[in-house]
Amino acid sequence: MATVQTKLFQEATEELISGSEAVGIACALADVDVITAYPIRPYDTVMQYVARLKADGAFDCDFIVAESEHSQFEIVKHASAVGARTFSGSSGVGWFYAFEAITVTAGLRMPVVAMVGNRALDDPGAFGVEHNDAMAVRDLGWHLYWVATAQEALDTALLAWKVAEDPRVLLPFALSCDGSFLTHSQAIVQVPSQEQVKRFLPDYQRGTLQLHPDNPITIAPQVNEDWLMEIRRQTDEAMRRTSGVILEAYDEFKEEFGRGDPSPFIEEYMCEDAEIILVGMGTLAMPTRVAVRRMREAGKKVGFLRVKFFRPFATEEIQNALGGAKAVAVIDRDYSYGSPSYGGVLFHELRSALYPLSERPLMLNFIAGLGGREVMVRDINEMVETSQKAIDTGNIEQTTTWVAVRE
Amino acid sequence: MTTVQDLPQVKGVKNIPMEELYSSGHRTCQGCESALVMRLMIKAAGPRTIVLGSTGCMYVANTTYYSTPWVVPWMHTQLGSSGSAATGTAAGLSSMMRKGKMQQEPINVIAFCGDGGGMDMGLSAISGALQHDEYNLLILCYDNESYANTDIQASGGTPWGANTTFSPPGKETRIMNTRWKKNMAPMLAVGHPNVRYVATACGSYGLDFNNKIRRALTIGGPTFIHSIDPCPKGWDYDPKYSHELGMLAIEVGLWVQYEITDGELMLNGPSRAIAKGIRKRKPVEDYLMRQGRFAHFTPEDIKHFQDKVDESWEKWWLPGVIPISAGQEE
Repeated sequence: MATVQTKLFQEATEELISGSEAVGIACALADVDVITAYPIRPYDTVMQYVARLKADGAFDCDFIVAESEHSQFEIVKHASAVGARTFSGSSGVGWFYAFEAITVTAGLRMPVVAMVGNRALDDPGAFGVEHNDAMAVRDLGWHLYWVATAQEALDTALLAWKVAEDPRVLLPFALSCDGSFLTHSQAIVQVPSQEQVKRFLPDYQRGTLQLHPDNPITIAPQVNEDWLMEIRRQTDEAMRRTSGVILEAYDEFKEEFGRGDPSPFIEEYMCEDAEIILVGMGTLAMPTRVAVRRMREAGKKVGFLRVKFFRPFATEEIQNALGGAKAVAVIDRDYSYGSPSYGGVLFHELRSALYPLSERPLMLNFIAGLGGREVMVRDINEMVETSQKAIDTGNIEQTTTWVAVRE
Repeated sequence: MTTVQDLPQVKGVKNIPMEELYSSGHRTCQGCESALVMRLMIKAAGPRTIVLGSTGCMYVANTTYYSTPWVVPWMHTQLGSSGSAATGTAAGLSSMMRKGKMQQEPINVIAFCGDGGGMDMGLSAISGALQHDEYNLLILCYDNESYANTDIQASGGTPWGANTTFSPPGKETRIMNTRWKKNMAPMLAVGHPNVRYVATACGSYGLDFNNKIRRALTIGGPTFIHSIDPCPKGWDYDPKYSHELGMLAIEVGLWVQYEITDGELMLNGPSRAIAKGIRKRKPVEDYLMRQGRFAHFTPEDIKHFQDKVDESWEKWWLPGVIPISAGQEE
């Protein structure tokens, strides 16, 4: 990591920082109590920054260097149970090493916020981005959000604690940041003041669920078939409720900080009247936007929809955004071997979400950018050409295409 | 470091607190020594304590939804997580108290694990916890020498040759468990020189158990206690002999009772008498043959076992504790 500069963020400022540093600053602004670290690239840049903040006295937290990712996530889970605000994170197989702890965190309804610096899963080794690591929590009760810029990383981290710790929700939040493209890339970021964050983000109050001698509860006894289904249903209800809480919190966010998109769940870019809409997540938004803009300039009716929240999945908003298109081209930076159409995870979610529509667009899937390979403007152009061909012939020749891959 | 509670050493069994903080509401087996260990542990620690229980008998048999024996706050943790659960709980409390988000008060943090969860899967996390001098916590390993919750499978704490569902004596192979029991407490004491207190204990000696728990909770920093818990189901004996078997394990010299305080080793109870030559070790056979799990042993097996125990008392640097002896220089 380059030279790190830390300071107290008492005044709102503008900083040239990476996505990881932005999340680190969010930790300081949110006055997080317990943070656990374990090294793995690329997420750990956030922990290096937090360590520096702590060492320089920029904020006070218990910063624990754990002996494994499993312990990293178990430690914050238990700190959360006694009422502490927590932050942790990992990447790739590190996230998988912690998986037992990750799943019980959601089962126990602990509002841990974690940064996933998306990284390809071993083996063979690769440091670059793939979404399969974070994606693995999609069924477990975690909020799952894909960030596109350093600014969004900071903003969403603040939103994350607010939503996750809301007593109506109490579900953990995974902040997915593309490895290298976001974790290590610097951009100008508006850093709010401590005062603003204090107004926006209330203290974490676990209330009657707090583990403390004054509240001697028993947490997570064995339930078996007698009660497990009801408890699963409660988590399902919390996940249903969180959409409303996110909307509410996002409105407050925009009011306090004066920035944000129309929707917290998706970002629409030139989607209005578009015949072909590309869909993707994370930093590939940048080349995609460039390609779309150029095609628009050439008179082609193309748009881009960025899915921000993968969980909860904004089905209705996405139906509205994509329902009018003739073709939808889904870019997956992940894979799901042996799945329907042998495609990616995002594609299958979208096809499922659009199925109830009476008039469904043609759906094409493009697997691209695995292991950190760059997704180029020309790749996007090709996806659009392939989609146009499907519209013209009324026939999808091949549902899933691996883009820019040596055959 | 946050301060610790005032938990004085108790003299005389009648002075052990009457208050039960591990009460009815569990469904452990008749003669379960681990249940007694839980009861003694929390009696000694008192009500201002948070207990974390990793998966095992003392989770599944103790806490069934809608009932709990725990009068104190209690939380389940994963099989290998006693160390990280204790660290996380202590860190959360310490951070919030320091930052004024929670009222300042010394709260005991105890995480327990079985031999499977502690000596096998959780070893790494326990080691991690013992490196954090800034947190006051106790990890208690209740060792009934098998994965007793899941059907009595061999663990790293199971004695050599014992019959478990993963090491049944068969027609071809009599001794399926060829592993010697891990020497857990010394491994942790030697490996973590900053830890101020490591002890072994046995529920058969209630007063000693009570005082060891209190020393562990009041000395400051992370501490570890390893207790040997006879298990009627896993060891295959009549439940009424649990206490007696615990005492026998010590009297034959297989289990050694001691405390390591700031790096100083003190043997106690019968182990101390054995070490001083005041008391003779009973033959290991007296212990082995009381349990069905060793019923398949031949005289050679018993001799092998006896030889190993003799070796630990006669050849080890610190008899019964540290399995190292000084090398002979040429």
